Amino acid sequence: MSPAPETPGTSQAAVTPEPPESPAAPGSSPAAGTDHVYLSLAEEHDDDSGRWAFGTGFTDPLHGVDTAVPPGVDGAALASLCLELADDALVQAQRLAEWCTRAPELEEEVALANIGLDLLGQARLLYARCGRADGTDRGEDAYAYFRDPADFRNVTLAELPNGDFAFSIVRLLVLSTWRLAVLHRLTGAQDPVLAAVAAKAVPELTYHRQYAAQWAVRLGDGTEESHRRMRAALAQVAPYLPEVFASSPADGAAVRAETVSVLEQVLAEAELAGALPVPDEPGSADGREGRHTAHLAPLLAELQQVARAHPEATW
Amino acid sequence: MTTPDAAEEEHQARFDATIARDQRVEPRDWMPEAYRRTLVRQIAQHAHSEIIGMQPEGAWITRAPSLRRKAILFAKVQDEAGHGLYLYSAAETLGADRADLTARLIEGRQKYSSIFNYPTVTFADVGVIGWFVDGAAICNQVPLCRSSYGPYARAMVRICKEESFHQRQGYELLLTMMRGTDAQRAMVQDAVDRWWWPSLMMFGPPDSDSPNSAASMAWKIKRHSNDELRRRFVDMTVPQAEKLGVTLPDPELRWNEESGRYDFGTPDWSELQRVIKGDGPCNAERMARRREAHAEGAWVREAATAHAAKQARRRARRAEAPEGAGV
Repeated sequence: MSPAPETPGTSQAAVTPEPPESPAAPGSSPAAGTDHVYLSLAEEHDDDSGRWAFGTGFTDPLHGVDTAVPPGVDGAALASLCLELADDALVQAQRLAEWCTRAPELEEEVALANIGLDLLGQARLLYARCGRADGTDRGEDAYAYFRDPADFRNVTLAELPNGDFAFSIVRLLVLSTWRLAVLHRLTGAQDPVLAAVAAKAVPELTYHRQYAAQWAVRLGDGTEESHRRMRAALAQVAPYLPEVFASSPADGAAVRAETVSVLEQVLAEAELAGALPVPDEPGSADGREGRHTAHLAPLLAELQQVARAHPEATW
Repeated sequence: MTTPDAAEEEHQARFDATIARDQRVEPRDWMPEAYRRTLVRQIAQHAHSEIIGMQPEGAWITRAPSLRRKAILFAKVQDEAGHGLYLYSAAETLGADRADLTARLIEGRQKYSSIFNYPTVTFADVGVIGWFVDGAAICNQVPLCRSSYGPYARAMVRICKEESFHQRQGYELLLTMMRGTDAQRAMVQDAVDRWWWPSLMMFGPPDSDSPNSAASMAWKIKRHSNDELRRRFVDMTVPQAEKLGVTLPDPELRWNEESGRYDFGTPDWSELQRVIKGDGPCNAERMARRREAHAEGAWVREAATAHAAKQARRRARRAEAPEGAGV
């Protein structure tokens, strides 16, 4: 199954408003549909789990799943892979949350939040997996709130400030394309939990990539100003590509080839062919080894400030 | 042949009958201009409130103290953007234009709910906003699910369901915090103290001083008076406060055996007037953020429009090309 940017993601349903209800038939009771609302507001809900955002209804996101690491799977390698993918997702989600109330249009408020929520959900599942795989049994919040910048394993592209909408779109395009290529391959992982997390993430990432690709085309092909901003964003992102490719967990050459090919296809459509030079030489895996830009520390300080101010608290 | 005046009277009679029978007015139906104007004003202010209302809570998404709370808050604020979208769409069925309504908001020509002009000081504010502000919104909005205007009523059904979910989530956060540390309990009480009176003012001025209410009640756009809705909110909230273990900051609040309801003090209406006029603690900040986002997004919206126009021209050229003309 080769992913194509045109494939609509299943999670897109979450941002598409439902079609308006048809007007009430003549003579039908207008109150018929609304009496139900009164009832549903009045009745007690013992179990609201069906309406919670994914993973918010219970404290352990892997509740009920057999989380023993199967024999033959290297726990330390599994843990470090989960941690890298979780940190990428959490740091990206934090940057997407910064767009909240600042997006260029309401539809973009909804879409960027949707993508941030998907990534946050992926991070939580991956941290939970990491806690079992590394033998510490730490929960998701221990990883997110009580590690220092040098302990984080995300690629540095994820932590750069949002910049303008063009920069955020280019970054999302690159990271979602790469992440989809990686997680698509991990649906066949030997560890069944990681494989299941990857299977859940693939349709989400397909939508993220499609969203970013559509905006890349609109902006590249839009006005002179939007085209200029896209060129600037691509130039700013280019130096971070080797680091992204240096860290592909499995099948690195194929992941790189797929990522480059999708990016080239999108940029050609966006009248930006050749605007993202991909260096041939392998990059150093800075973020994966805990060497970060100056931007990660303040991002984490904000993320962690309340949790660290009340270490004994439960939320 | 009917004269224009006779036709108008016939339309008016049919409209009045629809209202009297509790049936719904739909977008293509004839309606009095004043009814249309009142609805556009009310729906637009409601939409603006959802959008501005994202700011006070949205400020805590990046700082939420657990990943679960972060996900809940992020999803809630996203829901508010969605509510804004449905409501602007409902206003568009009356002939309004979203871009024009947005311009009215950022130029200060249309209002939004004054409650969002208060600051969110600690994370407990997120819970108290869910409990009080969403609770008050539900009291205001559940009757609107029976509003005489169909698209508004239907939008409100969906919005009310989501608001009631948000209220439960807010209250659940407070229950958890009250079971936590002394510092957490103090945060909750402090937030309750700050949000109680502004929440009571969400129902609007007292009935004796509410100029637009009478017409809206007659048209069944609105179903209950401001004071009645305020009382319902108090009756609903006092037992919840007791269960939570917090004190509501009103020395006059007490159970009235005779009426079977709670008596309570009078909000400082001069404060409401000040906040409505623009002198609340955060009016300037809220408007500045909305204006800034709108201005900074202008080039993005222009690019999308330009791209769509280019695509349309390309499609037209392809359709005109000789190869495509062989039908």
